[in-house]
Amino acid sequence: MNLYAIKAIYKFEMSRTMRTLFQSVVSPVISTSLYFVVFGSAIGSRISEIEGISYGSFIVPGLIMLSLITQSLANASFGIYFPKFTGTIYELLSAPVSFIEIIMGYVGASATKSILLGLIILATAELFVPIRIAHPYWMMLFLVLTALTFSLFGFIIGIWADNFEKLQIIPLLIVTPLVFLGGSFYSISMLPPLWQKINLFNPVLYLISGFRWSFYEISDVSITLSLSMIMIFLGLCLATVWWIFKTGYQVKQ
Amino acid sequence: MRNLISINELSKTYTGGFQALKDINLNIRDGEILALLGPNGAGKTTLISIICGIITPSAGSVYVDGYNIIKDFRITRSKIGLVPQELTTDSFESIWNTVTFSRGLFGKPSNPAHIEKVLKELSLWDKKDNKVMELSGGMKRRLLIAKALSHEPKILFLDEPTAGVDVKLRQDMWQLVGDLRKSGVTIILTTHYIEEAEEIADRVGVINKGEIVVVEEKTELMRKLGKKQLTLELFKKLEAIPKHLSPFNLELAREGSQLIYTYDTQAERTGITTLLGELHDASIKFKDLSTTQSSLEDIFVALVKDEQ
Repeated sequence: MNLYAIKAIYKFEMSRTMRTLFQSVVSPVISTSLYFVVFGSAIGSRISEIEGISYGSFIVPGLIMLSLITQSLANASFGIYFPKFTGTIYELLSAPVSFIEIIMGYVGASATKSILLGLIILATAELFVPIRIAHPYWMMLFLVLTALTFSLFGFIIGIWADNFEKLQIIPLLIVTPLVFLGGSFYSISMLPPLWQKINLFNPVLYLISGFRWSFYEISDVSITLSLSMIMIFLGLCLATVWWIFKTGYQVKQ
Repeated sequence: MRNLISINELSKTYTGGFQALKDINLNIRDGEILALLGPNGAGKTTLISIICGIITPSAGSVYVDGYNIIKDFRITRSKIGLVPQELTTDSFESIWNTVTFSRGLFGKPSNPAHIEKVLKELSLWDKKDNKVMELSGGMKRRLLIAKALSHEPKILFLDEPTAGVDVKLRQDMWQLVGDLRKSGVTIILTTHYIEEAEEIADRVGVINKGEIVVVEEKTELMRKLGKKQLTLELFKKLEAIPKHLSPFNLELAREGSQLIYTYDTQAERTGITTLLGELHDASIKFKDLSTTQSSLEDIFVALVKDEQ
């Protein structure tokens, strides 16, 4: 195992975060605060409690997940796409590193950044609404697994993309709608029956449901199902990444 | 001298069907400077990209210091430093960070003293805190060399190292290559500047259309394939070459005022004495004479032309 390489990639990616601190951290925190102002106070004050939880508090896990998923995708996809775009990927390909080490460096850095961001948003939310975390270890587990899974997914998008448009298309057209549909701002029991059934095919639903359960012990699906779904998605992403490196898809000729 | 890199029956066909390399066999010796010459698209970059691990070969094998480049990629790649043709750099990083990153990537523990030494040797020390984007083209080229040397490689690949650089930098580069060789680094450079190969290489390999045309000691290549020409400046212009001089295959130039005799340097007899005697007998007088030897460029052009 080339630990020095993992450390080098990790540090390099983290220093990129520090260089783009405003874009990476401050911007999501500001937009999340705006969500609290708009949804939590302005609209939320007119919405009754959901299963005994005020609307403002109810949306906190969903908002954290929204940022966690979108930031994990953005960090990891850009992290690997940029060397491809500038041509510096030659160094990565000619270095004595295996695909596992490359993944550990890039995905590790992306997940770290997203988790830190999630915790910052959690701290920000504390300023607006009362929050109770019933199962902190489960909350951290969901946070870490979601950040890792979507960082891996972002890595795959970064490898697949051969232009900036492709880099944006999946996060914007598929993932963000899935996050909104997955119950970030509501319980799916509030949806019409048909949409409830459609939503069961939405993987993000299971993540948000499990994450919300770790806070308030209320969920749309069982915690076991939530955990199983995220593990399946993680496994699928790992298998895809393994295939990418084995075949050299979009990386090696 | 033992072989450090052994390339056997190496072929590469790209997805589109273009065959970039055809059954390449080549041995690169420990401690030598090998120049790979070839026109654009000859397969030079594909060859070194395969050895470095950037491109997957379609067939054949490559061994570096006895290790297979695919099975033992960790060992082989850690021995190699690559300076690519394109100026591909992390524009927003500092020089120090990007060179330190390269060392770590190649599995070496942090060694600020070595990074400092490399940056000083390449006249980049003063710029160590600058961002890469602030460097000139020549400095970026030197930075790529610094990155390649950061992990103390045993083999250095320089892909068109002096493409687009000024004369001063080119000479500095040649000096650096010479110094690296003295320190025991084996250097393989691709170029289409013939004078570069002529100046610094020990051996020259000519590659054309994916095939190795010739690999030879530079001096031997010039001796074997080089021709010499004797040019005589005549007192009086000749309208035609006298018939009895036809065995010499003379050439009349400059409207008959110059007589050129091409001869083989390897032949036991060059025929110069006989020719001069024949000219004397035919009362053809000359006021001056000079000899010239074909350069590596002439040899290269002839080899590539023959292939076509």
